[in-house]
Amino acid sequence: MEVEGLRVRLPTPRGFATVVDGIDYDVEPAQVFGVAGESGSGKTMSMLALLGLLPAGAIVEGRAAFGGQDLLRLKGNDLRAVSGRDIGMVFQDPMTSLHPMLTIGQQLTEHMRRHLGLSRRAADDRAAELLDQVRIPGPRSALHAYPHQFSGGMRQRIAIAIALACGPRLLIADEPTTALDVTVQAGILRLLDRLRRERDLSVVLITHDLAVMSSIADRISIFYAGQVVESGRRDELLRHPRHPYTRALLDALPHPEAARDTPLVAIKGAPPSPQQIPDGCRYHPRCPYAIEICTTDDPPLVPVGGRRLACHVDPFRHE
Amino acid sequence: MNDNAPLNGDGPALELQDVEVVYERRGRERLRAVAGASLTVERGQIVGLVGESGCGKSSLARASVGLVPTTAGTVQFEGREVTPLTRRARPRELARLQMVFQNPYSSLNPRRKIGSQLTDALDVLGLVPSADRRGRVEELLDLVGLPASAAVRYPHQFSGGQRQRIAVARALAADPSVLVLDEPLASLDASAQAQVANLLVDLSRRLSLSLLLISHDLAIVRHVADVVSVMYLGVMVETGPARSLWSLPLHPYTEALIGAVPHPDGSGFLPEALPGEVPDPAHPPAACRFHPRCPYAFDRCSAEDPVTLAIEGDRTVACWLQAGGGPPARPAERPKSLPLLHVKE
Repeated sequence: MEVEGLRVRLPTPRGFATVVDGIDYDVEPAQVFGVAGESGSGKTMSMLALLGLLPAGAIVEGRAAFGGQDLLRLKGNDLRAVSGRDIGMVFQDPMTSLHPMLTIGQQLTEHMRRHLGLSRRAADDRAAELLDQVRIPGPRSALHAYPHQFSGGMRQRIAIAIALACGPRLLIADEPTTALDVTVQAGILRLLDRLRRERDLSVVLITHDLAVMSSIADRISIFYAGQVVESGRRDELLRHPRHPYTRALLDALPHPEAARDTPLVAIKGAPPSPQQIPDGCRYHPRCPYAIEICTTDDPPLVPVGGRRLACHVDPFRHE
Repeated sequence: MNDNAPLNGDGPALELQDVEVVYERRGRERLRAVAGASLTVERGQIVGLVGESGCGKSSLARASVGLVPTTAGTVQFEGREVTPLTRRARPRELARLQMVFQNPYSSLNPRRKIGSQLTDALDVLGLVPSADRRGRVEELLDLVGLPASAAVRYPHQFSGGQRQRIAVARALAADPSVLVLDEPLASLDASAQAQVANLLVDLSRRLSLSLLLISHDLAIVRHVADVVSVMYLGVMVETGPARSLWSLPLHPYTEALIGAVPHPDGSGFLPEALPGEVPDPAHPPAACRFHPRCPYAFDRCSAEDPVTLAIEGDRTVACWLQAGGGPPARPAERPKSLPLLHVKE
């Protein structure tokens, strides 16, 4: 998938608010592409735009090439045919994405019968197989159970099985482990890692948690206020962050090997609301390295040493 | 400073002994959410309580402030018994034991200004003459790093991290000596989490406030707490100083929790998943509750309840792999001579 110049504007009582402002990226087969940033940075909106799931009245510009088609130009049934079959989606809270009154089997086979035209028996077989792949014990009997009968971690595995039901080529996972315990999170991360290798699946992983990102993302884009401020390979980006915002996000995390009594470093201030985007670099009011030009000119995202960076100052270039 | 001077001698600030919390459920069997757990918070100390969801840590937190009744064991706050909330007025002394909840959006009233919500707390306790209330509200906001202008705004006008700080300010209005915080850092972004975590440490040191911090996030707890207790299925499996517990876990469950924490270092380290699920607390496994998921379990683990042993370096652990009084050793170093029940895949 290749996304170019994606821009999303949402209607508000006070006119349109630009929540995603010109974003480019591409996702390769069997790769995990990470989208990171604080809440409200446009991570989720940029994905919902691809699936036509934005609120009514939203304006979307740009191009999203996927399997020879532009997702942003497809409408209604044409979009559903592609997004239902070739793109799977997993959300943060499986309890809200699973239907509480339908059995797991009904929810798993609905897509398969609709998009793949399978018979009931064939769909049931495939559903049990999928549950087995995501390591749900007793997959045959699980088909007849309801979501509330499973633990949070198992529900998220079931949600992943549903997303995989039609054999998608792309899986979009929006904060898939945020609501889970670390021990369960580790299981889901291992599952995603295995699935992308076994199925050649492309995964877009949206999360605010850079530690989660570090364990399975191949490449990462850091979002801030609707724009990408830095993107590159996981190891380079997290070991040698060059954008002051990336650096700040990392400094805020408790590091397992940190020295005794190192306080966590919080970023001063809060991200801007889409109605009050600052001039120049959007991060400059919070940035300790900001200089004159940062307050007036929006820095372009340009290639520097194997990554892309949007910063006038580039204070860590020699590290 | 004298405001926070111990009232009753110099025992621990908060002490829970063999506490049991049982929920009676209509038409279903009773649920023993906390099955005999002990915990001590010394004065001025920050104690972290970690464990997976469903382990009983929130029930224990609620029992420690009297929000749920205990069915066995004792809870003492500064040497005084904490009695469950009833229709009667809560004893005045217990106002110095306060709780902060996970979601400030549901614990703050959305339709009232921050200032009046803080004033309520002051009024109820009659701590401050009415002429001084405004000043005290400003002081409370300042303590949690918010401007005085926050008093005339509503909860929705703040970010998640700021709302959590307001919830802390409201708890501080009672001039407490102990704060029990139930997942105060969950559902916050990394930066907001860092701000609130730093604030808690700072408040504890400045006001010599004792904190019992309940969290599922061992990484952040290690940063904040002096002492960490690990809970599994209603019982305490290990307690020790935060640093040594992290660098040398004694209980296999603690080891598994630490191994599951992802590292933000760009190395691509895939955290280790603990096999199996947390069992139904209504039907806990016999003997050691962790034995069905434990990679080191041997025959004794499924036959006898482990005893809580004291280990060198102010640590305790409830595991048959450990020898009481001895030096700490990783679980893997112990079982060489033991016939293991199952071997790790």
